[in-house]
Amino acid sequence: MIRLEKRPQPSQRWSMATPLVAVLATMLFGGLLFGVLGTNPLLAIETIFWEPLFGEFSFYYRPQLLVKGAPLVLIAIGLSLGFRAGIWNIGAEGQYIIGALTGAAVGLAFYPVEAWYIFPLMVIAGALGGWAWAMIPAFLKVRFGTNEILVSLMLVYVAEQFLASMSLGLLKNPEGFGFPGSRNLQQYESAHNADLIANSGMHWGVVAALIAVIFAYVLLNRHMLGFQIRLTGEAPRAARFAGVRPARLILLCLGISGALAGLAGLFEVSGPAGQVSIDFNVGYGFTAIIVAFLGRLHPVGILLAGGLMALTYIGGEIAQGQLGLPAAAIQVFQGMLLFFLLALDLLTNYRVAWRKPEVA
Amino acid sequence: MKLTSLLASAAMVLGLATGAVAQDKTKVGFVYVGPVGDGGWTYEHNQGRLAVEAEFGDKVETVYVENVAEGPDSERVMTQMALNGADLIFTTSFGYMDPTINVAKKFPNVKFEHATGYKTAPNVSVYSARFYEGRAVQGTIAGMMTKSNVIGYIGSYPIPEVIRGINSAYIHAKKVNPDVQFKIVWAFTWFDPAKEADAAKVLIEQGADVILQHTDSTAPQAAAKNAGNVITFGQASDMGEYAPMPRVSSIIDNWAPYYIERTRAVMDGTWETSNRWDGIGKGMVKIGEISSAVPEDVKAKALEVKEAIASGAYHPFTGPLNKQDGSAWLAEGDVADDGTLAGMNFFVEGIDGEIPQ
Repeated sequence: MIRLEKRPQPSQRWSMATPLVAVLATMLFGGLLFGVLGTNPLLAIETIFWEPLFGEFSFYYRPQLLVKGAPLVLIAIGLSLGFRAGIWNIGAEGQYIIGALTGAAVGLAFYPVEAWYIFPLMVIAGALGGWAWAMIPAFLKVRFGTNEILVSLMLVYVAEQFLASMSLGLLKNPEGFGFPGSRNLQQYESAHNADLIANSGMHWGVVAALIAVIFAYVLLNRHMLGFQIRLTGEAPRAARFAGVRPARLILLCLGISGALAGLAGLFEVSGPAGQVSIDFNVGYGFTAIIVAFLGRLHPVGILLAGGLMALTYIGGEIAQGQLGLPAAAIQVFQGMLLFFLLALDLLTNYRVAWRKPEVA
Repeated sequence: MKLTSLLASAAMVLGLATGAVAQDKTKVGFVYVGPVGDGGWTYEHNQGRLAVEAEFGDKVETVYVENVAEGPDSERVMTQMALNGADLIFTTSFGYMDPTINVAKKFPNVKFEHATGYKTAPNVSVYSARFYEGRAVQGTIAGMMTKSNVIGYIGSYPIPEVIRGINSAYIHAKKVNPDVQFKIVWAFTWFDPAKEADAAKVLIEQGADVILQHTDSTAPQAAAKNAGNVITFGQASDMGEYAPMPRVSSIIDNWAPYYIERTRAVMDGTWETSNRWDGIGKGMVKIGEISSAVPEDVKAKALEVKEAIASGAYHPFTGPLNKQDGSAWLAEGDVADDGTLAGMNFFVEGIDGEIPQ
C-alpha cells in the first residue's frame, strides 16, 4: 500500500530535481499525446526542444528566444518579490499595457523630432505608467483593506479598454487611413528599441531583464528589504514583531512589480511590436505568473524558467508549421509542464512509503 | 554591426536556397489568427488552403500555423515559414500588415499575400473581399423580416471594413423598411464566443429580433436560437448547422479561387504584386442559401439585389446618401469610390450611435 509521509524537512534534493523530472514527464506524456495525434513523438519533441537551439535555422531562433523570454523574465522577477511576501499582483498584464501606452505616448508626442533623450524619457514614462497602475490596488489595499488579487485582475480589463480606445483615438496613426493602431515606432529612430547588435535579439528589454535578475538576487540575499519580504511570507506574525511595516511592504512590492511590468510593455511596444494596437497584449503578464512559480520564485530559477517557456512557445510554433500539430496540442503540452511541476512538488514535502497493511 | 547583419541575411538566403533545392514542390504557407475550427473567418481560409491542395495534388505542399497573435509572434511565424522554404505565404488578418512587410523585406524571393490590409511591396500583394455587397442582401432580408423594427448589430472593431458593413446593411434595410432602427454593440474582438453571446443577449433584450454579426463565432446564433423568434446570418462561413432558424442566410468568404489562382501564378512564374478587391460578381463573396424561414417575396427581393450587384448594374453605395451629421456625401446616382470605401470612418445618415474613438 502506498502512503504519503510528511517529511520533517522539505527535501532539498527534490526541490532541485522536480523541475527536471517535470520536464522529462512532460516529454514522455506529451510524446504520447503527439503519437496519438499521428505524429512521430521523438520528432515532435526534438522539434520543440532541439530545433530552436541547435537546428538548421537556430541563427534566427536563438535571438527570438531572447525576444520572447525577456518580457516574461522581467515581469516574473517583479511578481516574485510580492509572491514571496504573500502579496498577489495578478494584474501584471494591465500594468504591462499601461506602461506600453504611457511610454509610447511620450515617444509619439515628440514625433518627428530626433533626439537622444527621447528613448530614456519613454523608459521612465513606461516604468511610471506601470507603477501608477499597480498603485491603485496597493493604495486600496493599504487604505481600505481591499483584496489586491481581485482589484489588480479587474484592472487588466480596464487597461485593455484603454488600449482599444488609444489605438482607435488619441494615439491612432494620422496617416493610417482610419485603421486602428499608432505610428510604427520601428520607423522612428529616436523611439525605436532596436537590437543593440543587429539580428542578435538583444534589445534593451533583454538587458533590463538581466539587470532585474541580478538586482532581485542581491535584494533577496543581501538587503534588509529582501529579508523582510522573505520573513513576511514565511512568518507574518514574526515579521510584525521584527518591525516590518506591512503597508510599506505592500506599496513597495506592488510598485516594483508594476514598474517592471510597465518597462516590459514599453520595451515591447517600442521594439518587437513596434506599435500600439488593439491586440497589443498577448498574455505575457499572465504567463509570467507561471514563469515565477516554475522558477521557484528564485531570480536564477525565473531566468531559466523564462527561457524554457520561450523555448516551448517557439518550438511549438515550429512543430505546428512543420509537423502540422494543432495549436491546442501545443497548449496542452505547455499545461502539462506546469501540472507536472506542481504535482511533483508534493515530493518536496512528502515522501512515498511502501507499507504493508497493518493488522488490526 | 554591418557584418553580422550581412552574415545573417546571407545565411537566410542560403537557408532559403537549400530549402528551395530540397524540394520541387511549391510550398504555400498560411498564417491564421484564430483556430481552424472557429467555424468562421479562419475556417474559410483553411477551406481555401484545402482547395489549393486538392487542385494541385502533390505539386504543392501547404503548411499553416493557427492562433497566431498579431505583432512579433506573427513575424516569427512568417520568418519560420520563409526559412523552411515557403514560396508563397498568405497572412490572413489585418494586424499582420507591418509584420508581413518586415518579413517580406528580408525574403525578396518569397511572395506574400496579406488579407484586408493596404500596404504593398514588390513581393507583397493585398487582397480582400467586398463583404459589404453581401451586407446589402442581408440588410434587405433583415429590414423586411423584422417585426420590432429593431435590428441588432455586433461590431468587432470600429475599422473601415466593419463600418462599411454596418452602413451597407442599414442603407438596404431602410430602403425596404423606413421605420427600421439599428442598435450596435462593439465587442472589440474578432473571436470570443462568451463576449459575442453576451452582446447578442443584450441586443435581444433591447428588442432586436434580427442579429447581424461581424464576429466569427457561432455564439450569437446559439443565443438567438435560445431566445426564439430572432433571426441571424452566418458570418464569414455558412454556419448552416443553425439553419433554417435562426440562421436564415449567410455571407460566405470564398477564398479558394483566389488562392488557387495565386498559387498557379507562383508556379508559372507570373506572380506580380496586386491589390485585389472582389465581390459577389467574381465569387469571392457568396450568399449562403436563403432558408425556408424566409417568405417567398422577401427571398425574391433579396435575390434581385444580389443579382443586380453581381452583374454590376447596382452599387450598394449609390446616392443620394448623406453622412450621419447630415452633410452631403453622394449626390443622386453617384457611386462611392473605392478610396472612400477603403478608409470609411463615418456612419450614413439615420444610424444612431457613435463610432468609438
